[in-house]
Amino acid sequence: MLSFPKWKAALVVIVCLLGIAYTIPNFVPKSALEGLPEWAPSKQITLGLDLQGGSHLLMQVDTDDVRAKVLDSLLDQVRNNFRNDGVRIGYRNLKVTGDKVTFSLRKPEERDAAYEALRSISSILSNGQQSHLIELNDDGSVGSIQPSEQAYTDRISAVVEQSIEIIGRRVNETGINEPTIQRQGADRILVQLPGVGNPQRIIDLIGQTAQMTFHLVDLTSADGNAPPGSKKLPSLNEEGRHYVIKNRVMVSGENLEDAQATFSQGQPVVSIRFDGLGGKQFARVTTDNVGKPFAIVLDGKVISAPRINEPILGGQAIITGGFNVQGAQDLALLLRAGALPAPLKILEQRSVGPDLGADSIAAGEIAGIIGLIAVAVFMIVTYGLFGLVANIALAANIFLIMALLSVLGATLTLPGIAGIILTIGMAVDANVLIFERIREESRNGKTPSNAIESGYKRAFTTIVDANVTTGIAATILFVMGSGPVKGFAVTLGIGIICSMFTAILLSRMIITFWALKTRPQTLKA
Amino acid sequence: MQLKLIPDSLHLPFLKFRFISFIASGLLILLSAVMFFGPGLNKGIDFEGGIMIEIKLDEPPVLSDMRSSLGSLGLGQVSLQTFGASDDILIRVQRQEGGNEAQKIAVDAVKAQLAADYGDDISYRRIEFVGPTVSAELVQTAIEAVLVAVIAILIYIWLRFEWHYSVGAIAALVHDVILTIGMFTITGIEFNLASVAAILTIVGYSINDTVVVYDRIRENFRRYKKMEVKDLLDLSINETLSRTVITSLTTLLALVALFIFGGEVIRGFATAMIFGVIVGTYSSIFVAAPILLQIGLTHHNEEEDGFKPSTDDAIDSEQ
Repeated sequence: MLSFPKWKAALVVIVCLLGIAYTIPNFVPKSALEGLPEWAPSKQITLGLDLQGGSHLLMQVDTDDVRAKVLDSLLDQVRNNFRNDGVRIGYRNLKVTGDKVTFSLRKPEERDAAYEALRSISSILSNGQQSHLIELNDDGSVGSIQPSEQAYTDRISAVVEQSIEIIGRRVNETGINEPTIQRQGADRILVQLPGVGNPQRIIDLIGQTAQMTFHLVDLTSADGNAPPGSKKLPSLNEEGRHYVIKNRVMVSGENLEDAQATFSQGQPVVSIRFDGLGGKQFARVTTDNVGKPFAIVLDGKVISAPRINEPILGGQAIITGGFNVQGAQDLALLLRAGALPAPLKILEQRSVGPDLGADSIAAGEIAGIIGLIAVAVFMIVTYGLFGLVANIALAANIFLIMALLSVLGATLTLPGIAGIILTIGMAVDANVLIFERIREESRNGKTPSNAIESGYKRAFTTIVDANVTTGIAATILFVMGSGPVKGFAVTLGIGIICSMFTAILLSRMIITFWALKTRPQTLKA
Repeated sequence: MQLKLIPDSLHLPFLKFRFISFIASGLLILLSAVMFFGPGLNKGIDFEGGIMIEIKLDEPPVLSDMRSSLGSLGLGQVSLQTFGASDDILIRVQRQEGGNEAQKIAVDAVKAQLAADYGDDISYRRIEFVGPTVSAELVQTAIEAVLVAVIAILIYIWLRFEWHYSVGAIAALVHDVILTIGMFTITGIEFNLASVAAILTIVGYSINDTVVVYDRIRENFRRYKKMEVKDLLDLSINETLSRTVITSLTTLLALVALFIFGGEVIRGFATAMIFGVIVGTYSSIFVAAPILLQIGLTHHNEEEDGFKPSTDDAIDSEQ
């Protein structure tokens, strides 16, 4: 018997009403939504960067640099532990060889003490392994200590976390709204900056390591070449100029407490303030080297090398270096936010200007509306009254898709809009399957109510089979796709679920009630 | 009375033409393969790496001037095309040697040159660059995604139907994917991430279409125990023909709207989908069903396969 339980009908109606309720906020200006009570639907669909404009940056921590630094600091540790309070172990040839720190002991009898000294460097890692592999032959003539792969992994992981924090500070200082900065994989960082159309300055800010150090200038170099213990570095702002500076870091940017852009004698400069330790180091260097130039180095380039006129004891100093206002502000910002623990490489950048995004939305809307009208007219021409029912289901389908996108906080991308429009075309498929079946059953001599009933029942498995296969494709796109493609998979997947709901329940309910009310003698479908 | 696209009395002998359609499909596949291994795909920066910059100027520029100006930067191949409007220019620069950082340096060089030539009237609508690391990964993920999708669908069909259907469905699917890739090589439409999304959607659509026909074939095997397999296949295709055509038409209506009004960025995607829907519809009728006969599906196979779900038992027993 043709029937549709009341409770089911109530459920279908409630779901559809909820769909409409949760779609409405998308057509209301954001300001109007703020006054609404807590329970009222107020979420809007999040637009992807390709629709609202913005930048997507994929960066990778320079792992070679991290590994080199791990070995450098291991070398220092070994040196320290061999010459620690009380311990005095004679060694020679201490150096980094490949991925090991190697050395040989002067006296075989110090072998055990040396082994102990190395053991204290090694610790137990998160996975329960020792952090370092120590090899020392019996007479101590050949020895090495090597960080385990896990130790590198842990270190890289820490560097990524630290970098994310520092990038976050830098981005926040520029006043960009709702940036997303997240880790991706072992050594990558994804930065998404909505609303930034021409992001060159921001990218420069994010990508800069901003490692600042202070060095004495090597005055012994007569011919401009660097003697041992010194290096030749280019100037930051003066093209073609080079400085020869001593390798030893006198004060490091890590000891900065604050940095501000200001003016000195009409020129933009950056005023810096050191913390306690930095202040002391700075005071000592400037006291001991009055009259000599002191180089300020940023990421391997010399900002300037002013002469020390008098000892600077207050822990405050000014950096000059031919800045413009923006340059001084950016440097101050970078110094305040801190240096990145390792350089970052940009692997991928995608920036979309806000006007292109707006154009894409407008084009998508027009295409959607025209597609919708075309499909709706076609359905009415082909199926008459039943076509009207299919169109009601289609409208409900679109509301449900938009409602789900809003509630789930899914991101709508340009391919996502394409997915919705495609769904408009494919959503009627379930109804087409049902109506064709009803026509057939009716042709085979069934009464209208029997034809309707068996039409829905028989089409059901076909609809499920057909949609599961498309669902598989959507799921795989979602799992394996990235960015915009993921957005497409989300709308396609939601579209499949919504179209099955509207075809199997909503259109069935309407047609059942219509048939029960009018008791048609023949079906025109 | 409503419009009937397919008259009820229509009974086309599809199976009779199966050798013609097999030959046609075979030739198209061959052509696609030749094009794929010959000229190859016009890979976008997603898969090739490189730089893409879309700019809008106040006035349409002289493209040859812009080309020679940017060409003199020594960045290798620079291609320009108008994108939707004559003042909207898409600049593509080939992948730069020297790893990921080299891409950024090249972007800066292009921007500096454009600023020197056109002043401040440039609005940058899009700036994208993809380094060699990422593009290589994207190629791999795309291939994996398509393979995993095909295998997952194969398993589903195999669980729901008899193995012959799995073979037929996959043949139709591979046919559609190859022809779509062939279409990309012949038209020179840029092949990018959205194209992979299009191919996977075509995979879903093609299978969807095929499954509807197969469901009917299975049903008819149970209903007409004595009918010849060839006639039974013909009957099933004809019975579902109206649905196949109508669904393809509604989908095409939506896609054509997308193609015409959806904007330049999405046009390649829409083109691929339109082609895929047409090919997918063709393959359900002319490849997927006839192949069942070719690989020897018989009543006997169907009966052995008793545990597979049936669509009609419940209804018929009620009547």
